[in-house]
Amino acid sequence: MAILILRRLVQMALIIVVASFLLFLIFDTDAFKKKTAIAELGGFGVSSLSEADYQKWLDEKGLNVPFYQRYGKWLGDVATGDLGRSYEKSTAVGPLLLDRLKNTGILAFWVFALMIPLSLVTGVLAGMREGSAQDRTLSFIAVFTTSIPEIATAILLTVIFALGLGWLPAKSAMIGGFNWRQLVLPVLTLVIYDFGYVARMTRASMAEVMTSQYIRTAVLKGLPFRHVIVKHALRNALIAPFTIIVLQLNWLLSGVVVVEVFFEYDGFGKLLLEAALFGDIYVVQACTLVAVVIAVLSQIISDVGYTILNPRIRFA
Amino acid sequence: MNEATNEPLSAAPVSTSVPVLECRDLSISYFTRAGEIPAVVDFNLKVHAGEAVGIVGESGCGKSTVALAIMQYMGKNGRIMAGELKFMGRDMRAMGEAELQGLRGSKIAMVYQEPMASLNPAMRIKDQLMEVPLHHEKVGEKEAFERALAMLADVKLPDPRRIMEAFPHQISGGQQQRVVIAMALLSNPALLLLDEPTTALDVTVEAGIVDLIREIASRFNTGMIYISHNLGLIRETCDRITVMYSGEAVEDGTVGEVFNAMRHPYTQGLFRSIPLPGADKNARPLIPIRGQLPLPHQRPHGCNFGPRCDHFKPACDAGPIPMRQVPSQPDHRSRCIRFEQIDWNAPPAHADTGEPIPLGPRVLEVDGLKKYYEIANRSLLAMIRGTAVKTVKANEKLDFDAHEAETVAIVGESGCGKSTFAKVLMGLETATEGRAVLGNRDIAATPVQSRKPQVVGHLQMVFQNPFDTLNPSHTVGSQIARVIRKFDVEQDREKVKDRVMQLLDMVKLPRDFYLRRPRQLSGGQKQRVGIARAFAGNPRVVVADEPVSALDVSVQAAVTQLLMEIQRTNRTTLLFISHDLSLVRYLADKVIVMYLGHLVEQGTTDEVFAPPYHPYTEALLSAVPVADTSVEKRRIVLEGDIPSAVNPPPGCPFQTRCQRKIGRICETEYPPLRTFGEGHRILCHIAPEELEAMPPVFTTAEERAAE
Amino acid sequence: MATTFDARPAAPPLLDRLSAPKAVLILVALMWVPLTLYVMAGRNLGVLQPYILLPAIPATLILYVLAVRAWRESWTAVIGATLVFFWLLMAVSAPYLPLLDPNKPIAPFVLPFSHGKVGDTFFWLGTDFKGRDMLSRTVWGCQRVIVWGVTATVVAYVVGTLFGLIAGYLSGWWDELITFFGNVLLSFPVMVLFIVVLNYLGPSGFNIVIAVTFASAPAIMRIVRGLTLDIKSRDYVFAAQTRGERPFYIMIFELLPNVRGPIIVDACLRLGYTTVAITTLTFLGLGLQPPDPDWGLMIKEAAKTAMLFRFSYMLIIPALSVSTLILGFNLMADGLREISLRD
Repeated sequence: MAILILRRLVQMALIIVVASFLLFLIFDTDAFKKKTAIAELGGFGVSSLSEADYQKWLDEKGLNVPFYQRYGKWLGDVATGDLGRSYEKSTAVGPLLLDRLKNTGILAFWVFALMIPLSLVTGVLAGMREGSAQDRTLSFIAVFTTSIPEIATAILLTVIFALGLGWLPAKSAMIGGFNWRQLVLPVLTLVIYDFGYVARMTRASMAEVMTSQYIRTAVLKGLPFRHVIVKHALRNALIAPFTIIVLQLNWLLSGVVVVEVFFEYDGFGKLLLEAALFGDIYVVQACTLVAVVIAVLSQIISDVGYTILNPRIRFA
Repeated sequence: MNEATNEPLSAAPVSTSVPVLECRDLSISYFTRAGEIPAVVDFNLKVHAGEAVGIVGESGCGKSTVALAIMQYMGKNGRIMAGELKFMGRDMRAMGEAELQGLRGSKIAMVYQEPMASLNPAMRIKDQLMEVPLHHEKVGEKEAFERALAMLADVKLPDPRRIMEAFPHQISGGQQQRVVIAMALLSNPALLLLDEPTTALDVTVEAGIVDLIREIASRFNTGMIYISHNLGLIRETCDRITVMYSGEAVEDGTVGEVFNAMRHPYTQGLFRSIPLPGADKNARPLIPIRGQLPLPHQRPHGCNFGPRCDHFKPACDAGPIPMRQVPSQPDHRSRCIRFEQIDWNAPPAHADTGEPIPLGPRVLEVDGLKKYYEIANRSLLAMIRGTAVKTVKANEKLDFDAHEAETVAIVGESGCGKSTFAKVLMGLETATEGRAVLGNRDIAATPVQSRKPQVVGHLQMVFQNPFDTLNPSHTVGSQIARVIRKFDVEQDREKVKDRVMQLLDMVKLPRDFYLRRPRQLSGGQKQRVGIARAFAGNPRVVVADEPVSALDVSVQAAVTQLLMEIQRTNRTTLLFISHDLSLVRYLADKVIVMYLGHLVEQGTTDEVFAPPYHPYTEALLSAVPVADTSVEKRRIVLEGDIPSAVNPPPGCPFQTRCQRKIGRICETEYPPLRTFGEGHRILCHIAPEELEAMPPVFTTAEERAAE
Repeated sequence: MATTFDARPAAPPLLDRLSAPKAVLILVALMWVPLTLYVMAGRNLGVLQPYILLPAIPATLILYVLAVRAWRESWTAVIGATLVFFWLLMAVSAPYLPLLDPNKPIAPFVLPFSHGKVGDTFFWLGTDFKGRDMLSRTVWGCQRVIVWGVTATVVAYVVGTLFGLIAGYLSGWWDELITFFGNVLLSFPVMVLFIVVLNYLGPSGFNIVIAVTFASAPAIMRIVRGLTLDIKSRDYVFAAQTRGERPFYIMIFELLPNVRGPIIVDACLRLGYTTVAITTLTFLGLGLQPPDPDWGLMIKEAAKTAMLFRFSYMLIIPALSVSTLILGFNLMADGLREISLRD
């Protein structure tokens, strides 16, 4: 098993290296470098930048050296935590990103804290008796909530709870410091969308286990239904949802973009989008790199967890 | 046994006259979108304590439905429609869920077909075993553990302590089934249901389980219901038998009565369609039952077996047919209205006895063929030791030849390397060493892509699984036509179609199957298409990999007959891969026995089936369940399981399980290949005289009388 | 029973004939090609533009009837198909419906079910902040998202299936290489990948197709690879190998038809995801560009101006529209899965 995990780690490291290389390659193109040059030198657009000015800027920045040197320097910078400067916000990218990640982290924590129990319970209850009224109702709710995109959920929640009932603030910019009431709508939006997906996966896994022959064996051993579910079914049925939940971290990094932008919550997603629209190259690059690292880490956790949870692999 | 199991079985008074289980006029239906489907109709069964009742029948006859109905576990859409189901005199249909829970696993226990699937993969064996006494008898953890451990020893599992701690995937299939049996016996049930308990196992492993089951009946005084499609297994394990056909019991009685004096045409048809190891093909040809099983909603009026019966008369389809007692045999009943009129000793009407056909020149010569695989061992230990790459010897030095029109059977259990050999021959793998000469061309090292179309066409294959053999997305006609064009037999569109039609005629399928899709065909029909496809390119050699093992008994005979008929008329060489020795005896001219990639014995069919035997052949023969009551066989049960080909034992490959092991030499030295007669060769250390002195495994009544 | 059938003897055989694979393909082409041309080529069609969508309307209606007929066993699938075909019908018939010009400002901030201050035009769904008719914009708004969503999904499927077949069937180095690059792409969170790709290529429909392909193809590749690995060990593939078929033949004729079933279910789900993605990207300003109507654009524009309960219809209408379309795709996928499990 140790070998298996080690192999995955090596694979993941390789993925990060290749992904970072791709990222560097994309942001090392002339189009992006010119955008940066304009941001630094001032100007109105790529067309207004003269070739001579651009070349001079490249020389100053040490960007006229061969490709591998540039890549090496970039890697070194990244390794020492120097992620460049944000021109839009004129600060170093590193601390800025860290601050925003912290905000997104708070959001993510509450999303997971609500979503995991809710979706697991729903999925297990639905999958326990496949085809029953209970299953059909829960399954329909799950399909329904996953079918409403985050942007629509955000709108509906805002209209009802903020604009209509006035219970909660419509925006979550947290201008006057941290305020939990501003956190409610973004968290709810993400939970509602994601809950359905995880619940459906849990249901499918549970339903499959319930039709398996070893459940039949357990029932025909004369065990009470509760005992069959808790001791025999759950152990097997929750292996797949576990890995799916961990992989939701990757999904969450997508989901937060639209939610944070809509609610004006100062997190990682909003930072990335604003940087992309503004042409704040270093910020985009750093955000993407961080996103990939987080995604890969979640994959490793998911893989290792799966290996540990599944005795067929653990004791192979 | 410990004390708890000696307690009285039930609070209800038990007298000898009350059967453990009684089914009276039981009818069971399933409800689907298409409406009510009667799965079992008018079913009667009695099981007394210590008695073993066999239920035999082909797929879809309702035998498993009966078992699940007895457990009262039929899913959402199954329901008992009528009749009585009494367990120790108490009506099970009136019991509540709680009462049933108390019975299941305690008074009534079940053993299933697939041991791997029946055990929870995420729980240790001990937890799964201990649950039974913990729940039913409310004993403490410690006592539950002790009892589970004792029961594992009782079912003859080696090293029970290790197995208690293991997960199901860590033990072999045979061991898993023993665990399931132990689980069923833990609460000393009054009734044990066994649903095809050995079907998923290898023959020599099966023999061990059968022995164990026979012992249970006598030792635990348990009533048993043994469900199987194999008449031989029923004969070896049961006292009474019920034959089922298409949802009905058609005949029941004691094993002796039904096996020796059957009174229903279906039962007779079943016996005539299975090969018996006592007889060869010329003495007793296989007679298939014509037609196929009706689907539950397409059952005919009157006798369900009517359309397939040779004794059919207009009265048979007039109305429902009752079970009637056979005169002077109080226990023997048949669901045939004409059983008094039928002459049960008349020889079969359309038995075509095949004359032995003369063999032609040599077509295929295999000479010192070896196939080694290299597999990477990714364990840390192996990497440190530098043994990261392991060699698996899938085929070790195979030598044999095959002539025109000859049938060569390759026999062995799983892991013996027969499938690898087929792959090498077909060119999907290349041999590591040695030659395989087809005609005058060595093909051992030529992958199929580099072979000429004619060579490929000359060597074709019939596959094992009828449900996999045809591509579900294409019509039957197009799949055969592709082969005809590919091998350049015909190219013209019309001629190709003509040829496909001829082939459909040859395998006795209607011509309108041309446009059918595989899902509209039954298993036997698919296998016929598979045969037509293999013969489309006029092959000289056909490799048939267990072509009938997945089919129902009555269909097996028809497909086997067909295959042999085509082979005879085309004078094709047939390499018949099988684990079923009775079938092999019936159709092969020459037999090759393989074990763990080694060829342990080869010779003509008569030579292999008579002493001298290789000890493995002897055990294999003994493991064949025999349905013929006149045949006696010596029982030899091998210990343990087949070793993995990755870690073969040193010395003789068979030494770990050999019942005739002679000592150290077996463990250290590779045995010599001893030759008897012309081509009979045995790979063994035992001296030739001793091998020749072995008694035969099978003896018929006449032979015993002669002695 | 018999008499009612005698009255219209021709009806069932006609529908049966139309249900044949070839007929369905022709109908799909009749519906899809004009719609795609209309949306992608737009004004370049010249004189053809006003007429090109005409054949698509009957084709869509017939396809709907066929779909309901084929899936009548599953209510879920029928409801899903109804939602999807409603929007498809809107997409192909928008030019011929009696609607106001979706881009023409008439009277701003008119509430639903009321007349504007000027004239007697009745606005069923009101007007937006620029005074454009909401009903008209909602109906026209489905065209682009449907066309680009489906195109992007189809392209992603072609690419993903191809690589999946190669990785699964050929194994070895091909598999290692394709799987590795798939994993690299999969390790980018989808939206991040979209933002990077669209930021690099610039926002446009064609670039959305590319972005969706990058994001979806690896996942599709994984599914197809898994299915291929399973089917590869079937005897009929073995049979094809033993008669010396080329790998290409085996992949296309033996494997592809048999991975089709599970893939169609997945494709319906993925159509939903792609619709979400396009709407979201447009909302974020990286997708389809103004002025032509689109649901995502409507939300984007209204989010700045309509943050009052009175005017929230400007947000709610496009939000509900896109939700019904996605719900349609998801229900269809669920229903199809249900049907496939039954047989």
